[in-house]
Amino acid sequence: MDVALLIGIFPQVLLDGITLGFMYALIALGYTMVYGVLEFINFAHSEIFIVGAFVGVEVMLGLKSAGLLDGLPWPVVLVLVLLAGMAGSGFLAVTVERVAYRPLRNAPRLIPLISAIGISFFLQDMIRLFESLWRNAFNLVYPTLDALNLRFELTETLDVSVKSLVVIGAALGMLWLLHMIVNRTKVGTAIRAVAEDQAAASLMGIDVNRMISLTFLIGGAMGGAAGVLFGVQYGLINPYSGFIPGLKAFTAAVLGGIGNIPGAMVGGLVLGLLEAFAASYLSLLTGGAFGAEYKDILAFSMLILILIFRPKGLLGEVVRERA
Amino acid sequence: MIQALVAVALVGVSALAVAVYPRSVLVFLLFQGSILFAYRARIPEWLRWSLLAAALLVLMPVIGYFNGYYLEVATQVGIFVALALGLNIVVGLAGLLDLGYVAFFAVGAYTWAIFGSPHANVVFGGESFPLAGGWFYLFLLVGLGVAALTGVLLGLPVLRLHGDYLAVVTLGFGEVIRVLANNLDKPINLTNGPKGITPISRPPAPLGLPYGEYFYFLALLIVVVVVLVNRRLEDSHIGRAWEAIREDELAARAMGVPLVRMKLMAFACGASFAGIMGVLFSAKQVFINPESFTFLESIGVLAMVILGGMGSIPGAILGATVVTVLNLQVLKGFSLWLNELKNAGVTVLGFSLADLPTQFEPAKYERMVFGIILVLMMIYRPQGIFPARRRQREMQ
Repeated sequence: MDVALLIGIFPQVLLDGITLGFMYALIALGYTMVYGVLEFINFAHSEIFIVGAFVGVEVMLGLKSAGLLDGLPWPVVLVLVLLAGMAGSGFLAVTVERVAYRPLRNAPRLIPLISAIGISFFLQDMIRLFESLWRNAFNLVYPTLDALNLRFELTETLDVSVKSLVVIGAALGMLWLLHMIVNRTKVGTAIRAVAEDQAAASLMGIDVNRMISLTFLIGGAMGGAAGVLFGVQYGLINPYSGFIPGLKAFTAAVLGGIGNIPGAMVGGLVLGLLEAFAASYLSLLTGGAFGAEYKDILAFSMLILILIFRPKGLLGEVVRERA
Repeated sequence: MIQALVAVALVGVSALAVAVYPRSVLVFLLFQGSILFAYRARIPEWLRWSLLAAALLVLMPVIGYFNGYYLEVATQVGIFVALALGLNIVVGLAGLLDLGYVAFFAVGAYTWAIFGSPHANVVFGGESFPLAGGWFYLFLLVGLGVAALTGVLLGLPVLRLHGDYLAVVTLGFGEVIRVLANNLDKPINLTNGPKGITPISRPPAPLGLPYGEYFYFLALLIVVVVVLVNRRLEDSHIGRAWEAIREDELAARAMGVPLVRMKLMAFACGASFAGIMGVLFSAKQVFINPESFTFLESIGVLAMVILGGMGSIPGAILGATVVTVLNLQVLKGFSLWLNELKNAGVTVLGFSLADLPTQFEPAKYERMVFGIILVLMMIYRPQGIFPARRRQREMQ
């Protein structure tokens, strides 16, 4: 076994893991916020995430055909695309809640979950339908921004791309923003009150339905931002590519303790790192017997183990068990 | 009396129509509708069962003799009916949402695929494989057993989980099985990876039946057995224990229902039906690869159970039939029809259909169908088309 190689690639893998981890954290926030308020898994969140990526790519392609992609400074383009993706996903999330979840609010627990699975499948094919009719292709490639592809070679085995720095920076910014909204504003207090006790919150004059919509809006917007970052980072998107990251992000949310916002961040980072290391080291350590494909199995096994031994996650669940 | 006449006439006329128009999807749907009518109509029991028997045992194989595609559809329906009935036990009766159900189907299919093909020589060495076709019948039971065991193995660790957590873990389990099937071509080549396994032996068909008819009858036989088992289970103390768990776990435990044993039994029963059909599926297809066992299939089976009505046996049968026919015939038929219109250069409202993007293929939109079924059923009729008796009363 080549120990020098194992140590040599370590910093690079660490960086990749952190980038992936922040992406998971952003998606996980959508799951965790909705679970905190409604105690239900918004299964369609993975599609809300990928819709963000598609809105982003459409805006970029639009800018490109208008000749503005290289004309505008790249941070402006990035901010525009991020805002568009966030708006698209946020409004989609609110619509989905209004159409498919609100009529089922008092139904037994499995009913809204099944409805959410239905929405998830429906959205996958809607994206495909739309892109097939609009562009005659549903596998889309993100246009590259030259500035983002720059790499700084720090050492022989570690080079930092501007892309990863941007992803990490943007994710940190979003997380900070969310933290401020939830903990420092009146609206945030209202959302937390609704999560704590809907009946009591409504007695205090809080419009529960509006707060739930707002939760979906914020969670969806975070998912949309993650979608755009996903597209920028990996380049290729298709209508079905949201599913696995969504599942992983849900795992991250459970890992950190569902309903717990800092927990989603911690869970995302842990999972991202775990996966990056599994992808790079598994094949080296086992002499090629088990390849990088097993990283998914590792992630799901971890989900099962956590649910069995620490069902409240690393940082603890903040919602109470509903009878 | 009128209904009896109508039922007889409907079955007769539709069968005749199929004979006259052997290629029309609509006519075949009419035939299926007449079977449904015969099942639901207020007619004497003897007439009902003889009509159903005539339709399924005589008319269907005859139709299949003229048009093998219909027989293929009918066999697929049979396979999915058994799957839906199996999932119905887990989701409908015991109330445990299993989103990775197709994994058990895969386990059954791979059990026969490995031993019934030359691939086993790669795994175990030697030249003694494939096993002779006659082993297939034994492997129907082996597949059933292996799948049931897998069900118990999955059930053991996840029993403590409730509702939606259970759903996600079973989903993860389904994905794990698929990833394993995709990657276990090394270090030991067990599944031959994404390339899949072929050729898988078929049993010698008795009486010189063509394989289309043979697999149709075999699927029908298994479905009948599964339905009988299901009916006996439903009203046994086991079935009642399952329903008690579904309604209120705490109360069920207080009443002395052994939770662990009953939940494991639900998993094992549901899995075993999928396992036996998996064996049949691999022999019928001759070739299997991991692509047949995706999350999409699990959700498809779930959509069948939900459309028909959770916990209801006729519901699961109807749901499986409708969804399979929708996928195999209606969507495909629509695709073909659209292509014909395109080639003929038809214009709709001044828009030439030939200008439709080439990537637009209606046959590929089964997810949308599943999705719409799930959402609409949950919002407007959560008890399903044919609700289980007990559930119907609850909803009133």
